[in-house]
Amino acid sequence: MLRKRVIPCLDVRGGRLVKGVRFRELRDCGDPVDAAERYAAAGADEIVWLNIAAEAEAWRELLEAVERAAERVDIPLTVGGGIDRPERARELLLAGADKISVNSAALRTPELIDELAERLGSQCVVVAMDAARGDGGWWTYSRGGMQPTGIDTVEWAQEAARRGSGELLVTSIDSDGGRRGYDLELIGRIRERVRVPVIASGGAGGAGDIVAALRAGADAALAASIFHDGETTPDDVKREVAACGLPARV
Amino acid sequence: MGARPWPGGRRAEHEGQPVTPVCVVDYGAGNLRSLRTGLERAGAAVTVTDDPARVAAAGRVLVPGVGAAGAAMAALERRGLAGAIRDAAAAGAYVFGICLGLQLLFDASDEDDVPCLGLLPGRAVAMSFADRVPHMGWNDVTPQADHPLARALPAVCYFAHSYAVEPAAAGSVLGTTELGGRPFASVAGAGRVAGTQFHPEKSGPAGRDLLRAFLRWSARAA
Repeated sequence: MLRKRVIPCLDVRGGRLVKGVRFRELRDCGDPVDAAERYAAAGADEIVWLNIAAEAEAWRELLEAVERAAERVDIPLTVGGGIDRPERARELLLAGADKISVNSAALRTPELIDELAERLGSQCVVVAMDAARGDGGWWTYSRGGMQPTGIDTVEWAQEAARRGSGELLVTSIDSDGGRRGYDLELIGRIRERVRVPVIASGGAGGAGDIVAALRAGADAALAASIFHDGETTPDDVKREVAACGLPARV
Repeated sequence: MGARPWPGGRRAEHEGQPVTPVCVVDYGAGNLRSLRTGLERAGAAVTVTDDPARVAAAGRVLVPGVGAAGAAMAALERRGLAGAIRDAAAAGAYVFGICLGLQLLFDASDEDDVPCLGLLPGRAVAMSFADRVPHMGWNDVTPQADHPLARALPAVCYFAHSYAVEPAAAGSVLGTTELGGRPFASVAGAGRVAGTQFHPEKSGPAGRDLLRAFLRWSARAA
């Protein structure tokens, strides 16, 4: 049976692991490859790296870190952040990333999704979207959740899937960082409208929240702080998922 | 890069471990770094090459695969690698395909409606039976035959694909995985040609066991 996935998300800046609050007050927290390897050993089903560096020189450092990860981490690695053209996606895949995720660039140029899917295959293209509740539903924000786009998130999810995204990473801006649970309604709504896998993101405060997201239909759940702060491990979370009768790799 | 290619078909001792030479076909599919490391950890001496002569002369040929069938076959043909893989198989080499690489070993693929290498009878078809495509994530692989590769099974392995193979011969189904209430062939092979739909190099310790089973199987008879 296909397992529900538990995915730690790491913020990286160039080749370094960083932590902060909403991309501010960033602290250097070591080597992201070491961290990915630790999470793989602790039961992570996949790893996501979110590159938050804007500096051009950080790209080379990111690629080098991905190369090192490919040699040491034997579970899938998705890398997102700053992919504004197909060449960058290809560079990451050649360095050893298994999937790439695009967000703002796809909102600006939706055809980018078609191009990536055609050139690289849908199975390695993830479209990430940041959504906040508003009049009549959820609205999509670009540039790290800062810029309103006026695009309905559920419709955008359908369009992204239609254009060839192999997976959707859906983050609730309202829930993100609050640790009071995922936006279950958003996840459920998107999941019933698309046929590709959906990853829930934003709001995990503990294993119970992850169980709730997976029950609401998410194929995978992404979490950051509950793992980074050492409160719990992917293995612990998955034991809880399994105990609740959902399929997990334990 | 530490691994040196050993003379085809021979085993050598390396730091007390048997080292088995494997030739990985590089046709621009990307991400061969994890595959190289995965094979090396399983005990292989890996050569990654796009040189048809080296592929044709190899005793163990590994066909990786990411992307779409049409583009992959075009790249293999353009570089003379499709013929080289067939030549290696005809000369008795072990040929092992991973993910799209497994699909390419068959006669044809419905993806891009393209003829493939024709080393195994059957074709790759769209997974219309699945409720969600791509089939993405960790799933059970159950042995279906008494085969050296099946010694690494059952296992839970990592999948990322939208097409699956339908071998023409039921005996070529070595392992199955269930999706949408229906089993499909996730390990397939006949003679010295075989492969997995999942990614052993991304399947943690379970994947390493599978690669090791391939090396043992192919080293025994070589």
